[in-house]
Amino acid sequence: MTADLRTLVDTVARRVVDHADELTRLDQAIGDGDHGVNMRRGLEAVLADLDAIAAKPAGDALKQVGTTLVMKVGGASGPLYGTLFSEFGKTLGPEIDATTVAAALAAAIEKVKARGKSETGQKTMLDVLVPVQAVVAAGDLARIRAVAAESAAATVPMKAIRGRASFLGERSIGHMDPGARSSQLIVEAVCDVLEGRA
Amino acid sequence: MTDCVGIVIVSHSPLVAEGAADMVRQMVGDEVRLAWCGGDPDGGLGTSVGAILEAIDRAWTEKGVAILVDLGGAETNSEMAIEMLPEDRQGRVVVCNAPIVEGAVMAATEASGGATLDQVRRTAEELSPH
Repeated sequence: MTADLRTLVDTVARRVVDHADELTRLDQAIGDGDHGVNMRRGLEAVLADLDAIAAKPAGDALKQVGTTLVMKVGGASGPLYGTLFSEFGKTLGPEIDATTVAAALAAAIEKVKARGKSETGQKTMLDVLVPVQAVVAAGDLARIRAVAAESAAATVPMKAIRGRASFLGERSIGHMDPGARSSQLIVEAVCDVLEGRA
Repeated sequence: MTDCVGIVIVSHSPLVAEGAADMVRQMVGDEVRLAWCGGDPDGGLGTSVGAILEAIDRAWTEKGVAILVDLGGAETNSEMAIEMLPEDRQGRVVVCNAPIVEGAVMAATEASGGATLDQVRRTAEELSPH
């Protein structure tokens, strides 16, 4: 499990870092243009701590990933992703399977909603995480991947209600939400590891 | 002297935070403990939970601390910082829903008269449209 956990954290962090420029471009269209830079700073700090993180049990490792993101990201995505990982880690018990992951993700999403004072349909990361959560328990990785991609694409025609993009009102329509895209990247990276592709 | 509620100013820009703090000092004087922070953990535009925690510590009094923020990320990061405080302090730090400069001046003025944390917050929030 230790090696798997290391691969998982490493792959997720690298995937986001590799797409930092794309996230920044998306955020320049409808936000303050710092999502990629911020996520890269946070996840590079996670990569720098990988040995210590991978040495912990899964739940504690995820909590540490969350804490690192909170302290290092520097934008609203820090507390939001930090809360997601921390709460996921807190809820995930020693038995890790599709059912326990679905339950932990559900608990983590509730905390993210509270932290961001947000719900689905407001053009945020929740618009990917919530539909993904709904299909996680079935354990079909191809389906999870497809739902993540469709859900991120579905944020394009949405009007932003939360975050900086909401200042743009109607002008936020027509661009993918950067937080939805970073969530999709994370979900895809996890699927890749579980399918043995990473 | 009765302790006054402390004030923390959190902006994405260290210059804005420092400038707002400067205005508070000029208008309210030194009676109120005042701290500010701005910039992400690398010093660019943004906010840092660690820096917010340190600012709360510098402004801390037993009557509590009122935080004034500029944009959404500053608010979310401040709320996160409050949750990371020791439990006995969590309930005595609030983020005011008020414009950062006017809110900081109003909150500090109210605090300097010995007002409670709730009074300080309400005075700052009178500036916000509802």
